[in-house]
Amino acid sequence: MSVDNNQGELWEVFIQSKNNLPYKHVGSVHATDKEMALQNARDLYTRRGEGRGIWVVPSQYIVASDPQENAEFFDPSEDKIYRHPTFYVMPEGSKNI
Amino acid sequence: MTAQEILFQYCLRMGDTHNVLAHRMGEWCTNGHILEEDIAMTNIALDHIGTSRAWLIYGGDVEGKGRTEDDLAFHRDERSYFNMLITELPNGNFADTIARNFMFDAFALLYYSELANSSDETLAGIAQKAIKEAKYHLKHSSNWMVRLGDGTEESHQKMQIAINEVWRFTGNMFEMDDIDQNLADAGIGVDCEKLKDAWMSTIVNTLKDATLTIPENNYMLTGSKKGVHTEALGHMLAEMQSLARAYPDAKW
Repeated sequence: MSVDNNQGELWEVFIQSKNNLPYKHVGSVHATDKEMALQNARDLYTRRGEGRGIWVVPSQYIVASDPQENAEFFDPSEDKIYRHPTFYVMPEGSKNI
Repeated sequence: MTAQEILFQYCLRMGDTHNVLAHRMGEWCTNGHILEEDIAMTNIALDHIGTSRAWLIYGGDVEGKGRTEDDLAFHRDERSYFNMLITELPNGNFADTIARNFMFDAFALLYYSELANSSDETLAGIAQKAIKEAKYHLKHSSNWMVRLGDGTEESHQKMQIAINEVWRFTGNMFEMDDIDQNLADAGIGVDCEKLKDAWMSTIVNTLKDATLTIPENNYMLTGSKKGVHTEALGHMLAEMQSLARAYPDAKW
């Protein structure tokens, strides 16, 4: 977490577009405290009516997978096509199951 | 003055107040200390432009001479502008802007909360929209008051100087002349003198959180209701109105 550039800490922003929908990551903001982070997120990411809910979290608390470990992390799922729900016959008239 | 002229004048006062503050906040565009704050300030500018438009459109209707919001905003001179003095104060440093806006935002929230009860449906409607914006503006400016006042030694000092400088312009917000009294008595306008105690307690509480001191100087400047302004307004209007005056029919 660098504050050398005097812009505050970096916070990740998640927006909920409608009630009950999941929060989605939309970007990040700089801020020196949580109120400022929320307000900056509101001003940057909901100015065109995109949201009804905002989460902000300091970027330092995001735990990320290591790109170096992508092979052991992600490749084993590649040959398990039976996990995709593509082997079902859709009942007539239903749009999703 | 007829009832119509009184209401027109009232609309100009509030329309001008928001328009001038909007222009001041717009002057921060590209000058904010971080991108996020730059956008926050221009967002606030846009809120004020919206409120100003509502007042000036209604004013034009009330006047009944066919003047549009743009005619009223761009083709009146300094002496025909009636904005509250506090809104024309130059942005100064960031603390100056925050102090100015905080004093006004605290007033605006109380003012519009009262105006929402106006017997004039248009004014009540303007107020209902403005309350939400004023709440957010006050949150923004009071958070910064505390952040800077209770921040470093330097930010505390700058915030206190800013408060001291803006203080003598705060009394103007609560002044009542015959026009204001007439509309307050009719249940259309707001009796601003009655807002002062609640305003003062907002100021006292926030300044306390911000470890700042209320200035002891109680000498207050006046004049806006007669079109008498600080030297800052003329310069601001010259810039703000230059395009509309050079190209009167310009469209974009």
